Amino acid sequence: MKSISEMNINEAGRIVSLHGGWRQQAHLRALGLAEGQVIRKLSALAWGGPIIVLVNRAQVAIGKGMARRIVVETI
Amino acid sequence: MVTSDILLVGQPNVGKSVLFSRLTGITTIASNYPGTTISYTAGEMRFDGERYALVDAPGTYVLEPLDEAGRVTIDLLDDAKRLVNVIDSTRLERHLPLTLELIAQNIPMVVALNMSDEARHQGISIDTEKLGELLGIPVIPITARTGEGVKTLISSLLSLPVSEKKKADRSGHPGHHPHIQHLSPGTPTTPHNHLNQDHIWKRVGQIVGEVQTLSHRRESFGEHIAALSVHPVWGVFFALIVLALSFSLIRLIGEFLIGGGVGIIGDPWIVLPFGTELLFEKWVTPLLMKLSHILGEHTVIHKILIGSLINGEIDLMQSFGVLTSGLFIPLGAVLPYLFSFYLILSILEDSGYLPRLAVFMDNIMHRIGLHGYAIIPTLLGLGCNVPGVMATRILETKQQRFITATLISIAVPCAALQAMIIGLVGDRGVGPLIVIYGSLVFIWFAVGVVLRFAAKGFRPELLIEIPPYRFPSLRTLISKMWMRTSGFLREALPIIAGAILVVNLLYQLQIFEHIARFAEPVVTRLWGMPKESIVPLLLGVLRKDVAIGMFAPLDLTTKQLIIGSVLLSTLFPCIATFVVLFRELGVKDTLKSIGVMAISVITVGTALNLVIS
Repeated sequence: MKSISEMNINEAGRIVSLHGGWRQQAHLRALGLAEGQVIRKLSALAWGGPIIVLVNRAQVAIGKGMARRIVVETI
Repeated sequence: MVTSDILLVGQPNVGKSVLFSRLTGITTIASNYPGTTISYTAGEMRFDGERYALVDAPGTYVLEPLDEAGRVTIDLLDDAKRLVNVIDSTRLERHLPLTLELIAQNIPMVVALNMSDEARHQGISIDTEKLGELLGIPVIPITARTGEGVKTLISSLLSLPVSEKKKADRSGHPGHHPHIQHLSPGTPTTPHNHLNQDHIWKRVGQIVGEVQTLSHRRESFGEHIAALSVHPVWGVFFALIVLALSFSLIRLIGEFLIGGGVGIIGDPWIVLPFGTELLFEKWVTPLLMKLSHILGEHTVIHKILIGSLINGEIDLMQSFGVLTSGLFIPLGAVLPYLFSFYLILSILEDSGYLPRLAVFMDNIMHRIGLHGYAIIPTLLGLGCNVPGVMATRILETKQQRFITATLISIAVPCAALQAMIIGLVGDRGVGPLIVIYGSLVFIWFAVGVVLRFAAKGFRPELLIEIPPYRFPSLRTLISKMWMRTSGFLREALPIIAGAILVVNLLYQLQIFEHIARFAEPVVTRLWGMPKESIVPLLLGVLRKDVAIGMFAPLDLTTKQLIIGSVLLSTLFPCIATFVVLFRELGVKDTLKSIGVMAISVITVGTALNLVIS
């Protein structure tokens, strides 16, 4: 199990848990990043910018702080 | 609060506005929902001889009051007779959760599977009949861009009975919505909340499994390019190219509309007999000259309506009357640029590039307490501060809007100003220009950092969906352009004219001279500028490029020219921007902004005076 920030590019994982404030979590779930959903990490900008993941065949950009607080188990 | 016969609901980027503009034509008005900064569009649809009030709700991912869009949508649902849930067929599993929530509202509803053409293209096939059975409501595939299926959609929607019992079914509480998690501060994220979400996703998975089949295809060329634009390295080049292109186009179109000239930097390459300037000179000026003779040059009413004659003639920029500059500045000088901006912005918006740009800029923007998205208004400000400040509406929090708008007014010089600076200071070499631009960038950053620490508030992290690239639909573009420019005309015009009137009066009453005397010690001792520069600096409130022009005869040293240019860019926004600031930030925040500007101006002027040799 690792956070999205620790995933490698093109690795896929199933979301296990979300951490952080209630609001952030609600926003994440609204965009499809909920427990049980499968995501694939697409890219991470070199200088520590947002991370782009593929979820439900759509691309979502997540700020790096938030990405650290989403835990996945790799598949 | 806002009633509708038909309400379009759906997630962002599904093509709701394309469908909307197809159904309504140009009778649309974008309005601010009372109490928010989110706009919804309302229009009239005619079908089979009847008229219907159609409202396009803001795009929202879930029916929860998490943000303005969510709250507004929930509110709009309360007064809607019928719903059309617009869905992106290429991403069914993503959109169905919202659909399920909407169904639970018990309002007569039809699902519009938009982008059927793309779905076919991508090898996605959906059994719409089966889907309709499983959901319990009609499901109609459409392609809003071409109009395919739209008629069927509307007939199907209108044939649904609107029951009077509807409100009672929804349990009688105006604010109660079944199946919606009302998360509020303090709600622990218990397993219960998760279960409900889990339940929705499972159900969605089941449904999709039964109705959707995907056939495999190879990545197309277009998709390769799309991947490139978010690549860590290539993406940056891509972004720079897009930006450079956008600027050039904006400048090109803006200048063309004003003076009929075609060119990007410096003098136009060709000049066509076209343009607002020409129109004004040809039709309006002669009329006003006649009026001028009737009124008599030195009467008060002449000063107010026509302003002062320069060498016996009306100068549309400098005369300063309500009918001369009061009309020309918003219509002849600002509007063309505004139009040009909105055109390019709408294209960037509709093509889907903006979110990617925001991703790139996010890291830098965070240092000054902003979101990546804030790059967009800032860039717009480089052409004209007015659309720049107006564009701050796309930011989520008041604090972000305040910081971005203030930074634009302080440190972002508009194209007109830049042109004058380059023209005037350019003779003295590239060095001074670099100092000027460098100072402005530095101010932008420094003030931004200060504001970030000074202002309190929730600083949201970037979390956005990146839509696939799409070809903007001409119809929506025209609709958007119409809405935005007519909005400007309706609102900004009377205010700018009014402001010119006020400034004129102040000038007549010699208030400016009093201010000049008051400001003299600051100007001469702290900044090292001659006292004749006070008037241009003050007039920078009205029109900065003209004010810079007034520096020319003053015979300033290079150092003074540098300081003067930076001061003028930083000191107060031009009148048009002022007006827009009031509108976007409200009175209190605008005053705060002005305070920040005043402090920055004094500090910067003094610093430059001390530092430059």
